[in-house]
Amino acid sequence: MNILVLLRMVPDVVEELEVAPDGKSLNDEFLRLIINESDNHALEQALLLKERYGGAVTVIAMDQPEIDDVLFTALAKGIDRAVKITGAEKGLTTRQVASLVSRAMPTTPNVLPADLVITGCQAIDDLDGQVAPLLAYDLKLPYLGLVTGMEVDLSARKATVVREYAGGVRGEFDVPLPAVLGIQVAERPPRYVPVAKVRAVAKSQQIETAAAGALTQVPAVDVVEMKKPEAAGRAEMIEGSPEEVAAKICGILAERGLL
Amino acid sequence: MAETTTGLDQNSCDQMTLETLREFPEGRNIWTCIQCGLCTGTCPYGEHMDYPPRRIIGLLREGMLEEIYNSESMLYCVACYACKAKCPRSIDLTGILLPLVKEQVLIHRPELPAELQKALENMLRYGNPMGESPRKRALWVKTSEVPIRILSEDRRPTDVLWFVECYTAFYPRGQDNCRATAKIFNRLGTDFAILGNEEKCAGECGRLSWESGLFSTLMEYNMQLFAKYKFNRIVTSCTHAYDAFKYRYPVLGFDYELEHTTTYFARHLDKLKPLMTKKLNYTVTYHDSCCLSRHNGYYDEPRAILESLPGVKLVEMTHNRINSICCGGGGGGMWLDTYYKTKDFERLSERRVKEALATGADVLAVSCAYEISRFEDALKVVGGDKKMIVRDITELLAEAIE
Repeated sequence: MNILVLLRMVPDVVEELEVAPDGKSLNDEFLRLIINESDNHALEQALLLKERYGGAVTVIAMDQPEIDDVLFTALAKGIDRAVKITGAEKGLTTRQVASLVSRAMPTTPNVLPADLVITGCQAIDDLDGQVAPLLAYDLKLPYLGLVTGMEVDLSARKATVVREYAGGVRGEFDVPLPAVLGIQVAERPPRYVPVAKVRAVAKSQQIETAAAGALTQVPAVDVVEMKKPEAAGRAEMIEGSPEEVAAKICGILAERGLL
Repeated sequence: MAETTTGLDQNSCDQMTLETLREFPEGRNIWTCIQCGLCTGTCPYGEHMDYPPRRIIGLLREGMLEEIYNSESMLYCVACYACKAKCPRSIDLTGILLPLVKEQVLIHRPELPAELQKALENMLRYGNPMGESPRKRALWVKTSEVPIRILSEDRRPTDVLWFVECYTAFYPRGQDNCRATAKIFNRLGTDFAILGNEEKCAGECGRLSWESGLFSTLMEYNMQLFAKYKFNRIVTSCTHAYDAFKYRYPVLGFDYELEHTTTYFARHLDKLKPLMTKKLNYTVTYHDSCCLSRHNGYYDEPRAILESLPGVKLVEMTHNRINSICCGGGGGGMWLDTYYKTKDFERLSERRVKEALATGADVLAVSCAYEISRFEDALKVVGGDKKMIVRDITELLAEAIE
């Protein structure tokens, strides 16, 4: 089975995010990128499928700062190939990323045909989860998101996929292969790979590159303004002896008409 | 200067693997084991291990180490040096054999406890196990009452390069130690500076908690950083960093003079004594840390500081000096508390504070950056937080100096 995984980098919120002077993008001076969490689960799911059914896993990603670390880590975890798409502009929209990736796939040797194309079903900069369905649209393949597990029947060319909805509701779907799947969580937490192995892989294996095509998609959505959330309320710490605190709480409840 | 319990040629130690152990004198020494079991008897979690230290040596000698790789025994090793300290054959279990076995377990085990995995990933990405922004490492400096020089902003040579470390720099109660250290340096007239946000974890627990590659990455980074600046000595607040610098960094040429803050201040006690003007009125019991005391033999220096503090009475716990019981934070234990809880173990920090409470002391003095958080939490768990407070020796010293 051939599995293709799309990994994306997103802003790391451990660093405090600042709005750039243009008022509609993130200031990249201190911005650090990290692998999108559900993409990391997509990678884990691909490795689990490879262990279960055999085959090969190829990871594809846009060239961005720190992407090499992410790709060497994926190689150390057991993927077979890592391809990065180079030469694209910065600040692409989800529509543009999906378009560039879908057009790079057929032109990169031995990437297609794939039985499964999987990626995270959402990201902190793509909360409505558009990348994977747009990719499916461009590749003219069926799409299922919110995936938390799957069984594959290669001879019948189908996958039986578990999706998990809000409130713990689960649904099981059959989807013909090839298909694009948006992973919510892998069947197991993403594995740890020893740093020594990553260092050895970085010396012995190569990351392939593919040139990004021209941007043909005009963004369908424009960012008009970006700003930090404003504090709407605040907590008041009540201090004093237990009796004083109790009296103050009663006072506040009475004042608000709650007693 | 305290007697040290090493004797290792560190260069050879770093080249050793489980396959090549017998090519090195320290490795060959393992084959002299008489299977007396003192290591297992003294191991704080030995009773819970399927493969305690004695059996590990037995399996190694029979070429059957693979049996350990899929067991959880190594997760219970807190790298406290107790087995090494008690071994009649001076076999360095904590320094040589157990890290090599742990490394193999990490390669063979499909899953690590999530807390430990996160801490290791954080150390690699952010240079600290808690996953804080590296840009906030020196934020505490703003709260110091004395000026603190950061080398990246003022590159002039310094006498003391103070290596602050993670739990002191980020953890709010650790920062009390930072402010106290800065104050005492200032009163001593020490010419000191810090690395600020450039500093990353020295990585000692990375190696002892299975991750030699992570440790090498951090070691290479910090060695390049040291080479950027001119200084006479490194003084660190972290006993684990002290160990890393002393025993592991020499493989990359580390030959700087090295001290821990506790021993540095003990060395300057004659100058500090006249400054101690405040009477503290505490009964203090001291917890010997594994790295500073058992591994490096500094038993008397911390006690010398405590005994010189006005109004301090020092009382000893049942297990003291070489017999001290680990706080449970070493070797990755710092990030395995949830895991131990699921195993229904009594956590070592709780066992230790019960012993501290039994002395009747009102202060538990420590010298290792891990211990403040571990013992303060443990005191709350056992219901002793109204009877006893935890203070780093440096904090007590700063309190006595007005």
